[in-house]
Amino acid sequence: MDFLNAIILLLNYIFIPALAYGSQLALGAIFVTLIYGILRFANFATGDMMSFGTMFTILFTWYFQSVGISLGVLPTALLAIPFAIIFMIGYMLLIDKFVFKYYRVNKSPPVQLAMVSIGVMFVTQAVVRIIIGPSDRRFFDGEKFLIRAGEFKDMTGLNEGLAIKSTQVITILVTVILVSTLFWFLNKTKTGKSMRAYSDNEDLALLSGIDPKKIVMITWIIAGILATIGGALYGLDKSFKPFTYFNNMLPIFAAAIVGGIGNPFGAFLGGYVIAFSEILLTYAYKKFFMYVLPESMEPDGLIQLLSTDYKFAVSFSILVIVLLYRPSGIFKGKVL
Amino acid sequence: MRKNLNVIAAYSIMMGLIILVGIFQSWNIALSIFNLCLISAVMTMGANIQWGYAGLINFGIMGYTALGGLAAVLISVNPVQDAWSAGGLNILFSLLLIIGMVLAVRYVLKKYEKSKTRTYIIAAIIILGIIIIRFVSEPGIEAIEEVDPAKTGFLGGFGLPIIFSWIVGALFAGGLAFVIGKVALGLRADYLAIATLLISEIVIAIIKHEDWLTRGVKNVIGLKRPAPYEVNLQQTDWFINLVEKFNSGKLNLISDFAERQAALNQFVIEGSSIFVKLCYSGLFLVVVIILLILTQKALYSPWGRMMRAIRDNEEAANAMGKNVVKQHLLIFVLGSAIVGIAGAMLVTQDGLFTPGSYRPMRYTFLIWVMVIVGGSGNNFGAILGGFVVWFLWIESAPIGLYLVNLTTSGLDDTHFLKVHLIESVPYFRFLMMGAGLLLIMRYRPKGILPEKIEIK
Repeated sequence: MDFLNAIILLLNYIFIPALAYGSQLALGAIFVTLIYGILRFANFATGDMMSFGTMFTILFTWYFQSVGISLGVLPTALLAIPFAIIFMIGYMLLIDKFVFKYYRVNKSPPVQLAMVSIGVMFVTQAVVRIIIGPSDRRFFDGEKFLIRAGEFKDMTGLNEGLAIKSTQVITILVTVILVSTLFWFLNKTKTGKSMRAYSDNEDLALLSGIDPKKIVMITWIIAGILATIGGALYGLDKSFKPFTYFNNMLPIFAAAIVGGIGNPFGAFLGGYVIAFSEILLTYAYKKFFMYVLPESMEPDGLIQLLSTDYKFAVSFSILVIVLLYRPSGIFKGKVL
Repeated sequence: MRKNLNVIAAYSIMMGLIILVGIFQSWNIALSIFNLCLISAVMTMGANIQWGYAGLINFGIMGYTALGGLAAVLISVNPVQDAWSAGGLNILFSLLLIIGMVLAVRYVLKKYEKSKTRTYIIAAIIILGIIIIRFVSEPGIEAIEEVDPAKTGFLGGFGLPIIFSWIVGALFAGGLAFVIGKVALGLRADYLAIATLLISEIVIAIIKHEDWLTRGVKNVIGLKRPAPYEVNLQQTDWFINLVEKFNSGKLNLISDFAERQAALNQFVIEGSSIFVKLCYSGLFLVVVIILLILTQKALYSPWGRMMRAIRDNEEAANAMGKNVVKQHLLIFVLGSAIVGIAGAMLVTQDGLFTPGSYRPMRYTFLIWVMVIVGGSGNNFGAILGGFVVWFLWIESAPIGLYLVNLTTSGLDDTHFLKVHLIESVPYFRFLMMGAGLLLIMRYRPKGILPEKIEIK
């Protein structure tokens, strides 16, 4: 029985939160990797683009709430996401036309494009803060829990409760659907294949008649979808604050590089690697050992490897180690 | 003279703008803008010799700035005797252990060929070391943090004049840069950017959460000053006489004695804070001029030519027998050390150390905007960039307010759009910075004052 309790404890505090957080990171990391693989620059505006998409999701959610449309037990935001995506894609294509296109046509070095993306980051951040303000916003409605801790205890008779938030389930489900569609698209359709070819070898792809304009446009469209959904899911699960989104850029970058930048599957797994290591290394295992070990061996301290303050530092250290030993990432990077 | 005309023109316009702020807003604001412009100029010079001279991307400026600030605290604060006796030994012993760990890793690296076993041994040393260090330091840290936690709860510093910290800050930042450079300089440009950005975040995380070192997010306030205190100045005779002399014209107009005294008091209070700021300006100006002379000399020396050769064509420079790796490391350390000086100067001016205020937007990306806008590779350009961008950063709120009022003048004062826009005026600075950066990169990619190389 104690053993079961220990497993439920780990499920409740480590496995499920890490899975949800990892899914959110994974979507962002695929976004970074796509831009890096096809447009060939590190996009420092990642976090702010995600907050831009989330902002539209929130605005539409407010609109739907004000006219009384809702999805019942599901959050209204799910209904708002498609509309937000349309605005987001428009914004992405606009930025590309007025900012990035010039440097792409002139074949500027990637560093210059990265600098330009910093300019875009500043502008996007300003637009988001001017429209919706810098404060913390929650836009979740509907049924909060799928299983409550108390209900679970009554049901199973265990000491440890298992709480599953509906946002966690939604996050994981949406990520699975979205990512599998994306991989199907990249591997099976003609457009997807031509995107991979373009990423692999630009000149060869152009020679075989692939239209670069179309590739770039589709990349931005996919990026817009990923950024909006990733951002909205994060906002639903936690809360929306422009500054947090900007900061999230860092673990997202770490996930993309750990998985091998330019490799979407690597980025997908990289998100989970980062999320799990962050939570595993900063969780206090005292209660777990209390269940597993006999009473005489109970630990005194919290048995916490690192304090939770170092959550971000963990993911960055992993990144540094990966960069040192396998600069191309765990899954060989730069093949889309 | 002729060819430097644009430099002189740009600097006079900048000075004119700051003087205008002095006349229309207040001299206090103008001087605080000027001081921060000078500090920004030091930071941009550091970033410029990395990016402009050698083409190295360093997005870790925030980390070096914070280390400079840390140095200011460690140098100037008086040691906390109770804390030292409570846990000083443990901390010193852990420090020794860290050094021992590094030496052990170095020994293994030198002694054995690259192999899987070596990697495992190194990993084992590090993990074991961390566990032992935690075991040793934990009771010490707890004891230190329990010493009067509202006021101290940290080890304190050396109690030296804060000016020394400018040098120590440079050493700290240079030391960190040496380690990072050893590890990360082999990476490609954009990887290096991301790696340095993340490492600087780790530095901030450590400073924020190691309370025994600098009280973490509880901040250290009331640091010593190299300049006199306003309160003391207001009671010194020579200063009051000086203020009286300066304002004699205005004072003579007031006939009533009591009123005259009240007006004089007002002038003295205003004057004291201006005087203190002028002291700082003088100190900062000395640093900027010394650094400018040194960097200019370096730029036109054989060493500067070699750096440009490495920047423009690494392979060719390597083929000519230049040690690219070593030079990259050297310039990475030098540039970061300069940023460290700026970090210490910043804390000296503020008189407090607030680790929570170190954010990448303000201390990394803004500095980069300054370098790009001013003109990378040109020291005068970089300094000008520091001035222009910081000036706009501060003055964009009033400018934004003016623009909002102008464009919405047709609307009612309580119209929701107008109220909303006026509330979000502070964020126009981001918009202005971003738009400025994008425009400069598009239409004047070499910056306001582009790099000009002349062989003397």
